[in-house]
Amino acid sequence: MDAKTPPPRTYLGIPVPRPKVAFFELSSCEGCQLQIMNNEATLLDFLSLVDVRTFREAMTERSDDYDIAFVEGSVTRSDEIERLKKIRATARVLVAFGSCACFGGVNQLRNRFADPAWVKRQVYGDSPIETNDAARPLEDFVPVDLRIFGCPVKKEEVEKIVANIVLGKSVVQPKYPVCMECKANENACLFDLGEPCLGPVTRGGCDSWCPNSRFGCWGCRGPADDANMVQMLEILKNYGFSAETILDRLECFGGFASHAAEIRSTLKTS
Amino acid sequence: MKLTQTIDIRHLTRVEGHGNIKISIRDGKLEEARWEVVETPRFFEAMLVGKKWENAPWICGRICGICSIGHTLASIRAVENAFGMVPSEQTKKLRLLLKHMETLQSHVLHLYFLAAPDFVNTGSVFPIIDTKPEIVQQAAKIKLLANDLCDCVGGRRLHPTRTVVGGFTMLPTREELVRFKYRLQDIHKDLERTVDLFHLFRIPAFSRETEFVSLKADGSYPFIGGDLVSTDGVVKEEREYRAMTNEYLVEQSTSKWSRLSRRSFAVGALARLNNNFAFLHPAAREVAGLFGLAPVNHNPFMNNIAQLVECVHVVMESIDLIRELLDGSWQEPRQKVEPREGTGVGAVEVPRGILYHSYDFDKEGRIVKSDCVIPTSQNHANIQHDLEELTRQYAVKGKRDRDIELLAQMLVRSYDPCISCSVH
Repeated sequence: MDAKTPPPRTYLGIPVPRPKVAFFELSSCEGCQLQIMNNEATLLDFLSLVDVRTFREAMTERSDDYDIAFVEGSVTRSDEIERLKKIRATARVLVAFGSCACFGGVNQLRNRFADPAWVKRQVYGDSPIETNDAARPLEDFVPVDLRIFGCPVKKEEVEKIVANIVLGKSVVQPKYPVCMECKANENACLFDLGEPCLGPVTRGGCDSWCPNSRFGCWGCRGPADDANMVQMLEILKNYGFSAETILDRLECFGGFASHAAEIRSTLKTS
Repeated sequence: MKLTQTIDIRHLTRVEGHGNIKISIRDGKLEEARWEVVETPRFFEAMLVGKKWENAPWICGRICGICSIGHTLASIRAVENAFGMVPSEQTKKLRLLLKHMETLQSHVLHLYFLAAPDFVNTGSVFPIIDTKPEIVQQAAKIKLLANDLCDCVGGRRLHPTRTVVGGFTMLPTREELVRFKYRLQDIHKDLERTVDLFHLFRIPAFSRETEFVSLKADGSYPFIGGDLVSTDGVVKEEREYRAMTNEYLVEQSTSKWSRLSRRSFAVGALARLNNNFAFLHPAAREVAGLFGLAPVNHNPFMNNIAQLVECVHVVMESIDLIRELLDGSWQEPRQKVEPREGTGVGAVEVPRGILYHSYDFDKEGRIVKSDCVIPTSQNHANIQHDLEELTRQYAVKGKRDRDIELLAQMLVRSYDPCISCSVH
């Protein structure tokens, strides 16, 4: 392949400036990046919208010349802090890509143990292994411009957000909860089926992805604006769910970390 | 002139996760070749401690973004085995169908997007979108079918939602399955074109005698549960997986390594094919024949072809599975779960090889201890030894340094490593 400038591109027939984008991953399953490649039906359209400069999982070429950096994963080791700071210094827009980057994701489940040395021993015995004491979201180390929630991120939402950035529109996250989308989808309420669900307090935008499959929400997108937590806990208790079940969901992805900590402390004192 | 060179590849591209290749050759003699894994550990085994059983599949699926379905199914199987549960025939068929479609999407992702660029001398699949769009569209078409069917059966292609201990939260409709049967029948010609495409590629001639480990066939090409087998003649029960994996720690890797009868062994499509060739669908065996692939094949680069052969196998078997499901009537999707104290092991063949999850439960169904042994962690030692042998041979032959650098990367990519998964 020769190195001349790529031909002018159009997105759905309209000529657009193509921002230079780069994808990076810290501690993660790389699933959110894979969601980009999982866009089979719209993959070619999406790729015509952006100029991919760095995407280690898919390409060998790499470049430090990019406008938008999508960073997946949470920060768990000191070298990741350095990488993240370098990316921040280069990118015009830094996107926390997925729940691990936004809140710590499932990785932060280990933070609930008081003794980090015990965590290490569970996996590596007495052998030395370098790791930070906790798994942290990106914003604990660098300013984040935009957060794309979800475990995994939803490809349609990513495409919409990127199209908005390219077209210079503001990116607006849904303020309403998953529960509203679920009702609009005319699903049977999970509570009536005997399942716990965080849909009433979790930020929408996923089109009630899990409840559509009769699987209660675990809150991977974090709290909606004005989430009524008191009422949520009341509902869960009224349907007979234990504090343990409630806590399992609230602490799973890190978006509800402060609420989970509060419940945990009341459990300890009671 | 004899070759002297140093190769230092930090964060190999077109693989999942973070690994480095370091090679140094002096006067045509190999001084050092190292496969280093620098991925950060996420401590899944610790995370699970104290959690109730229903958390395990949901959390453990997140070990891997490519084979989340396989992790979820291995985790479910471990829980069900611990609680003495036997899945219904319907659940078994649906799980296998789901598993097959994950295998198809993962193999196609690897073959077209990760491996193929090496054979056509590009750094990624992206330039091919401009030069040969029909090839990329063909790959996208197969992957889309596989992922759509994963959505249909598992609720979601990545981190599935319908797969739970005891069965499924809900079932696909019969109309959906009928449509997928036609799409699977139609995809056969795209697989034939894929076979033609890979026929154009020259698979490097390299061989190193290796022990191959996989599930052992019991009437069919195995994917979910059963005995364990190696080409060196070792046979173990599923619950004895630790005697098959023998994990240990090494300084050059944050992932554990494994060994069995020799210094290392291999798992994956080639291992499955080497152990269970006779149980492949005839159409898949025919494709193997076209590439001269027969057991026991010791060329790690042929793992690419073994994946291609498996693509044909899983498509053919999925058509049969859908036919069988449509022949019966729908049963209850989900069994009741009654937790009990004990240990359960689940072994599942995921795209990159055999995967084990094992949990110890207390009597209320809380996890006391957990252990996950990942296919790529079982492969790391074998990759190391292959890398040494490959570079030694080519250093003596006086290959150009660029060739050695490319071949070393192609070798690691042939294993389709899932590195963050291996460290978890």
